[in-house]
Amino acid sequence: MLARIGVWLWHELRVGAAISLIAAVFISTMFRDPFVRTLIYSLCIGLSIQFLIEAGRHLGSSWRRRRDPGDAAARSEWPGWAWMGPWSIGAAVLGYFGGSLLADLLTGQQHTRNPLGADLRPLALILMLSLGFTVSAVYFFYSRGRLASLQAATEAAQRSAAEAQLKLLQSQLEPHMLFNTLANLRVLIGADPARAQTMLDRLIAFLRATLAASRSGAHALADEFARIEDYLALMAVRMGPRLTVRIALPDALRGLSVPALLLQPLVENAIRHGLEPKVDGGRIEVSARRDGDTLELAVRDTGVGLDAAPSGDGSRFGLRQVHERLDALYGARASLTLQAAHDAEGGTLASVRLPIPAR
Amino acid sequence: MMTARALIAEDEPLLRDGLHDDLRALWPELQVVATVGDGDSALREALQQRPDVCWLDIRMPGLSGLEVAQALAEDWPAGDRFPLLVFITAYDQYALQAFDAQAVDYLVKPLQRERLAACVQRLRERLAERAPADALPQALEQLRGLLSAAGAAVGERLEVIQAGVGNTVHLVPVDDVVYFEAADKYVRVMTAEREHLIRMSLRELLPRLDPQRFWQVHRGTVVRARSIASAQRHESGKVTLTLRERPERLTASRLYAHLFKGL
Repeated sequence: MLARIGVWLWHELRVGAAISLIAAVFISTMFRDPFVRTLIYSLCIGLSIQFLIEAGRHLGSSWRRRRDPGDAAARSEWPGWAWMGPWSIGAAVLGYFGGSLLADLLTGQQHTRNPLGADLRPLALILMLSLGFTVSAVYFFYSRGRLASLQAATEAAQRSAAEAQLKLLQSQLEPHMLFNTLANLRVLIGADPARAQTMLDRLIAFLRATLAASRSGAHALADEFARIEDYLALMAVRMGPRLTVRIALPDALRGLSVPALLLQPLVENAIRHGLEPKVDGGRIEVSARRDGDTLELAVRDTGVGLDAAPSGDGSRFGLRQVHERLDALYGARASLTLQAAHDAEGGTLASVRLPIPAR
Repeated sequence: MMTARALIAEDEPLLRDGLHDDLRALWPELQVVATVGDGDSALREALQQRPDVCWLDIRMPGLSGLEVAQALAEDWPAGDRFPLLVFITAYDQYALQAFDAQAVDYLVKPLQRERLAACVQRLRERLAERAPADALPQALEQLRGLLSAAGAAVGERLEVIQAGVGNTVHLVPVDDVVYFEAADKYVRVMTAEREHLIRMSLRELLPRLDPQRFWQVHRGTVVRARSIASAQRHESGKVTLTLRERPERLTASRLYAHLFKGL
């Protein structure tokens, strides 16, 4: 208990004690005064001034907090220059008189208490101590405030990044898709174990890719198509004869690097908003082709079309996410367009155009 | 013991067959009279076959499971025993809350054997005990609760309706509309003088109307409360409405008949 109080006192008063010690050494060498007596005076005055400065700082910041609870400066325990400047001067004067009175009592002596008298010692002491305190306290709390606001900004940035990541993951691991897939698996385990195993392998590959891709990165176009095939294989089991899948990837384009799972939200939209709501189902086509130095990726469905699909939150988030990734990676050199498919079968066509890096 | 008859509506074929197989094992005397993969077929078959139990997936092509239930409550022949409804969903926390609140039977996918067995047990007891007359009022009460929970989502209120005809767009203030009527994928907008057609479903329009001013009186009809002149109750539970500004008579279904009670 005593040790804890000692640690706390030392923590609170070490600045004052250190400055008082320096001042005592300085004054006793300058004016050839006995060191111990100078140290007693110096400590009494120094710690009084520090006490007053600290008390003023707490009062000032709690007043600001009460006036405006959201005040960042008040939260950092630094009430600002306008308050602390004048208060430090006042604290220096008050602390000098209070502190030397205390030292008089301790040493049983009587000293001049006119700081403007012929003796330069008191004035030098006051100046050194108050200047030392103000500068060190101000510096300490100013930099602590800066650090705190910097920390808050970093935390906020981390939080919003984590939120975006979570939302991305949530959109990729849509619970409805996940639980329906598991429900199908559950039935298949009894009815057709071999097919259940194949389906489980697809689900594992899909989950692994989704979790890896949400940490961003790029992979080969062949991998992109393989992951989409995993997802569509799961959907084909679920939708049965209602879903026809067509995938076309020319061999020459297999090695091109693309942002991982870039097309996934477009394929999911085609299924969820295009084909799933359609009673007869339909076809989804995913294709890649080269147009000069541009890579064109297309996801087309023969579903209910753009008009019928309600522009719900989910699809908008998916599209925005593709837009944002393209924008961040390629700027104006890439584009995403969503339009009604222009033939008799109807449905929706989403196409992405990316620059092909020169070899 | 009498054999119960059932309908299964689930769009994923494996899940449809899986539920059918499980029911065969758990409830051998249950006769599944129809298995369908979309909401419209579910409604049609249910009205035709009059099963005792309907298993309805919530998310289906065409009508949703909830919309099928709503349509059944409106169109089920009076005096005939209303079926027990069991909703099935993979993941829909809002629906589950509503189901819990209304004490409606529901199952969560993947279906678990014990849970399904408990559900079957409950259904058998209720089929054995209940008199034909109790079924409908109770179902109506539950469905009203479900539909009001489902309709709680509020969109941005519409003030002006834009109805395109050829190259012209007609602007119709919402306050001028006497009633809205669903017409396939469109909605007919009826004012005192004329009618417009908008490319929007009633399902999308509803959350954007003020429920104080516009009352849904049927799954396909929303009418301005101020325009209703009189309401006449019929034996079947339906209500006929006459309007101030228009000559047509509208029908309020038994699901919404409680809106019209004399003071």
